[in-house]
Amino acid sequence: MKQWEVVIGIETHAQLATQSKIFSGSSTAFGAEPNVQASAVDIALPGVLPVLNKAAVECAIRFGLAVGATVAQKSVFARKNYFYPDLPKGYQISQFELPVVVGGQLVIQVGQGDKAVEKTVNLTRAHLEEDAGKSLHEDFQGKTGIDLNRAGTPLLEIVTEPDMRSSAEAVAYAKALHALVRWIGICDGNMQEGSFRCDANVSVRPVGQKEFGTRREIKNLNSFRFMQQAIDYEVQWQIATIEDGGRIEQATVLFDPASGETRAMRSKEDAHDYRYFPDPDLLPLIIDQDWIERSRAAMPELPVAKRDRFVTDYALSAYDAAALTASLDFADYYETAVAAAGKASAKPCANWVTVDLAARLNKEDREISESPVSATQLGGLVARIADNTISNNIAKKIFEALWNGEGRSADEIIEKQGLKQITDSGAIETMIDEVLTANPAMVAEFKAGKEKAFNALVGQAMKAAKGKANPQQVNDLLRKKLGE
Amino acid sequence: MSLTLEQVRRVAHLARIEISDAEAQSTLGHLTGIFALIEEMQAVDTAGITPMAHAQDLAQRLREDRVTETDQRAAFQAVAPETEGGLYLVPQVIE
Repeated sequence: MKQWEVVIGIETHAQLATQSKIFSGSSTAFGAEPNVQASAVDIALPGVLPVLNKAAVECAIRFGLAVGATVAQKSVFARKNYFYPDLPKGYQISQFELPVVVGGQLVIQVGQGDKAVEKTVNLTRAHLEEDAGKSLHEDFQGKTGIDLNRAGTPLLEIVTEPDMRSSAEAVAYAKALHALVRWIGICDGNMQEGSFRCDANVSVRPVGQKEFGTRREIKNLNSFRFMQQAIDYEVQWQIATIEDGGRIEQATVLFDPASGETRAMRSKEDAHDYRYFPDPDLLPLIIDQDWIERSRAAMPELPVAKRDRFVTDYALSAYDAAALTASLDFADYYETAVAAAGKASAKPCANWVTVDLAARLNKEDREISESPVSATQLGGLVARIADNTISNNIAKKIFEALWNGEGRSADEIIEKQGLKQITDSGAIETMIDEVLTANPAMVAEFKAGKEKAFNALVGQAMKAAKGKANPQQVNDLLRKKLGE
Repeated sequence: MSLTLEQVRRVAHLARIEISDAEAQSTLGHLTGIFALIEEMQAVDTAGITPMAHAQDLAQRLREDRVTETDQRAAFQAVAPETEGGLYLVPQVIE
């Protein structure tokens, strides 16, 4: 049995978060009525000229800086020629020989928790281009409907070297890239709306062989789960085909989520002859060093740097730090909460954010930016646990109250609902005395050696205190009294 | 370098231009003439010269990211051969 090695490279189209299109002043807002956001430039009426959107270039610069790439001082737009009804000009404006971003790297985590391994994926390039429109093939009496709202939407196509060796690595890369483009604010990452689409180039070769095998390109993977399934299927299909004596033909394939299979698109013999040439309508894009430096100064702290700082500054585990830096919103929320709670509560804050808050957000399918409990409110709550005003259990109730908008701060709710922890030992002793008098049977059981009875008595005492007594204090006082 | 008739037909097909045999033949003649011209230019030593992307030595002017276009769909679709529900209708594209 031959051992096979999988080789994967990924091309990603990230829709850039601009207000207007890359070459026209049309809106890029999602979900509008068909063709109301398609101007004369977008539908390619004769005589129109493209004018490049500065914000799209800024996005490309930010990306280049984030992955340590070279931002090209001079890049050139080219025409990629092909015919399709949703491409009104008969060519797509893209970049070919001189892209705006060259090289770069992305460090990814493959696997979960302690078993995670770090790997560096090298990027080949990233270039600016325009999106095509949309073809709707159903319901038009044998015709195809064309919506050009998407035509001219700015995209950054990000291309990797064939560096990935498994579907798990491919998915880890896609997830890391997805997090990064949102982190630096150049793409909303909405995969359902097509803002982030991946193509995977997959080939296999016998272990030890130097040359790559023939690759097939899986198009338009719009979820991480589909990416994993599609690559796994494609890999076993290629290996089976070769082992059966067949050979792989270069092809473009689509993944069918219903069957879990990849299928070759009807081969178009001319499809890859795009006859690129520099677009005479557009002059070279010049990015001077000043612009790059201004962009660099405006960059947020990047995920890996922030993760490392969380470990050193807040004494968090690598696992917690990674969870808290999954998105910039999450990280900002955490740091605001710590600022409110005090740095000594950095670890409890991490638990509250990654466990309690994350679970609650997940349950209601909300983003952290939509959390009803603000970071300052959560920090205020954690501060009251730290200074023993409330127990953890009461804190969970207050969290719920804050979530439901029952008060502006933990302090207000503690005050209003009288939740302050009872730490006066005299008051607790009185309550314990009452509990002991009311439960002679339990006391007898305990004295007969049943430890379970002790827990029952603690429960009774906590109930009498309406949960507000410090559980440790109740424990200690109760044991002392029973020992008398 | 000389062009073949087959290459002429292929380029015409890629550009979706229908040409008759006679047209292909005469186009081949024209294009061969152009190629001869290119060959003459190839004789110039261009080592060390950066290729130009544009005839003018200027930089691309950039636009601020603002929505300036308004909905002109009705006007554009008034001259379209066929529309439905705001969509342009075209002969079916078979995948």
